[in-house]
Amino acid sequence: MISWMAWTLPVAIFFSTIGIILVCMTAYELHSPCVERKGFLPISTTRGDRLFIGLLVSAYFHLMYVGLTDMSLWLPLGISVIWLAIVLRWG
Amino acid sequence: MNMTKRKTFGITLYILFLLVPIYWLVNMSFKTNEEILGSLSLWPSNFTFDNYMVIFTDSTWYSGYINSIIYVSMNVVITLLVALPAAYAFSRYRFVGDKHLFFWLLTNRMAPPAVFLLPFFQLYSSVGLFDTHIAVALAHCLFNVPLAVWILEGFMSGVPREIDETAYIDGYSFPRFFGRIFLPMIRSGIGVTAFFAFMFSWVELLLARTLTSVEAKPIAAIMTRTVGATGVDWGVLAAAGVLTILPGLLVIWFVRNHVAKGFALGRV
Amino acid sequence: MIIKTENNKAWWLVLPVFLLVAFSAVIPLMTVVNYSVQDIFDQNNAYFVGVEWYREVLRDPRLHDSLLRQFIYSFSVLAIEIPLGIGVALMMPTQGRMGSLCLILLAIPLLIPWNVVGTIWQIFGRADIGLFGWALNAMGIDYNYASNTADAWATVLLMDVWHWTSLVALLCYSGLRAIPEAFYQAAEIDRASKWAVFRYIQLPRLKSVLVIGILLRFMDSFMIYTEPFVLTGGGPGNSTTFLSQTLTKMAIGQFDLGPAAAFSLIYFLIVLLVSWLFFTTITYMDKAK
Repeated sequence: MISWMAWTLPVAIFFSTIGIILVCMTAYELHSPCVERKGFLPISTTRGDRLFIGLLVSAYFHLMYVGLTDMSLWLPLGISVIWLAIVLRWG
Repeated sequence: MNMTKRKTFGITLYILFLLVPIYWLVNMSFKTNEEILGSLSLWPSNFTFDNYMVIFTDSTWYSGYINSIIYVSMNVVITLLVALPAAYAFSRYRFVGDKHLFFWLLTNRMAPPAVFLLPFFQLYSSVGLFDTHIAVALAHCLFNVPLAVWILEGFMSGVPREIDETAYIDGYSFPRFFGRIFLPMIRSGIGVTAFFAFMFSWVELLLARTLTSVEAKPIAAIMTRTVGATGVDWGVLAAAGVLTILPGLLVIWFVRNHVAKGFALGRV
Repeated sequence: MIIKTENNKAWWLVLPVFLLVAFSAVIPLMTVVNYSVQDIFDQNNAYFVGVEWYREVLRDPRLHDSLLRQFIYSFSVLAIEIPLGIGVALMMPTQGRMGSLCLILLAIPLLIPWNVVGTIWQIFGRADIGLFGWALNAMGIDYNYASNTADAWATVLLMDVWHWTSLVALLCYSGLRAIPEAFYQAAEIDRASKWAVFRYIQLPRLKSVLVIGILLRFMDSFMIYTEPFVLTGGGPGNSTTFLSQTLTKMAIGQFDLGPAAAFSLIYFLIVLLVSWLFFTTITYMDKAK
């Protein structure tokens, strides 16, 4: 039934992480609803918007990195996590 | 009025541009293959219904039309059933993650079917739905449901909130209010939505072709059969093409007065 | 404008849509991600290869070419269809029977199955049996969409204009109808020129429908598959092979699951970015009102 999806551990970890982030964000939102505000991004955003922008930029950054270099992926991953934190806090 | 004349001239020219290729297809469908390949004529000299007879007498041909109509109708019904309550929720309430959910739905309208081709094939095979009408209907929901929610939300936002509140005060339960009062008020919206759901499901080929092989094969996929060992059977191909245009014409005739309103919301 | 109330129970109304779309979107998406990191021979023989396919796909010149072609195509489509659509909308009769007749006639191309659109132009453009190809050749223009790249491009573009300009025109038409008559009367009193009326009254009012028109036309032309596939089969050479076709060839034709999946995801990311940009623009315009 599920074998055709050809699950691999890294992908499973990836989607679980996204899932956990979404659940946490929802819980946080229910606990203390966020207000739209303007940070260093050119538009005013909500928490969810910032998460989306952060993830999308990270995805493009990874693609660029894979396309242009042959180095280990841990480096862009680390940078992305830091970037995500920055966007969520000050974006 | 010089200006009006110029406008009429322009629009006539444009409509001619739209109609001439279609006329050419209709013209060809009434010709024999000898005439099509032999000489270029503006109207059929040996007017014949043979090409249409081929389609109406061969079950592999006409079953294609039946298959297409079955999955398109299923799709319209499913789309409306799930989209109506959702559109109501979007038009009346704020809830956690509403904007993001709405955006996520819309991305599915924008996502290229080619991306989903392979997993769809695997998914529907694994649940035993491959080559059934419902598989195509469900797959088309991917882009029709978001569209339907979008259009219906527009129509529902036009209905004042007071109507809901009055009904609840009068003791209507939600399902009764929704079915008895609300739905009749947005009739034209439902018509327009059904029209677009029909249209996009009817014109789509890539998913429909990939998810079927024999039992539920759509007409669009069967049309490739006209390319045989002896070359292309142009007459039958043209006739089959003409027959695929007719359902669309029929549907637009029914909703002609509402479509302008649907477009006015700018949501297609 | 309706003031919405906060109510998280509304989720129950959205749930069916959510489940249905999740079933058809999220499960396949997860599968694609899985495929994209493995070398798959059959059900039992799959090897984890990390980002190897992404590396290969991102550096494949064929894909660069088809991506470039795709962007050129989508921008050409927009550059032709948007002005033409506005023009047609301005020329349409505003009321009465002629108005609704025009509406129906304009909508016809939108209702034709995409492969039939391809077939119509395939026939129409042929020099031996098609009026268009025959007429061009009779005028002394050496036209053959099956062997000449420029002709193939021109035909594919013309077909797209034929097929989709109506959508832009109908959107603009309804936008124009929403302009109150008083605006025009005021312009007449001011003796505004036709151009001034268009520039300062009509165009600003068309902004929101135009954004939607551009969004739809960009996205739909970005995923175009069936029409050029039927018309030219991607040829001559690869000159009209667009993204969807390259992808389908890879996935179904050659059954290269890994690279096709990696490619799908890159494709999807581009679409995601563009939809987000448009969605944000639309939301901001709504707010500005």
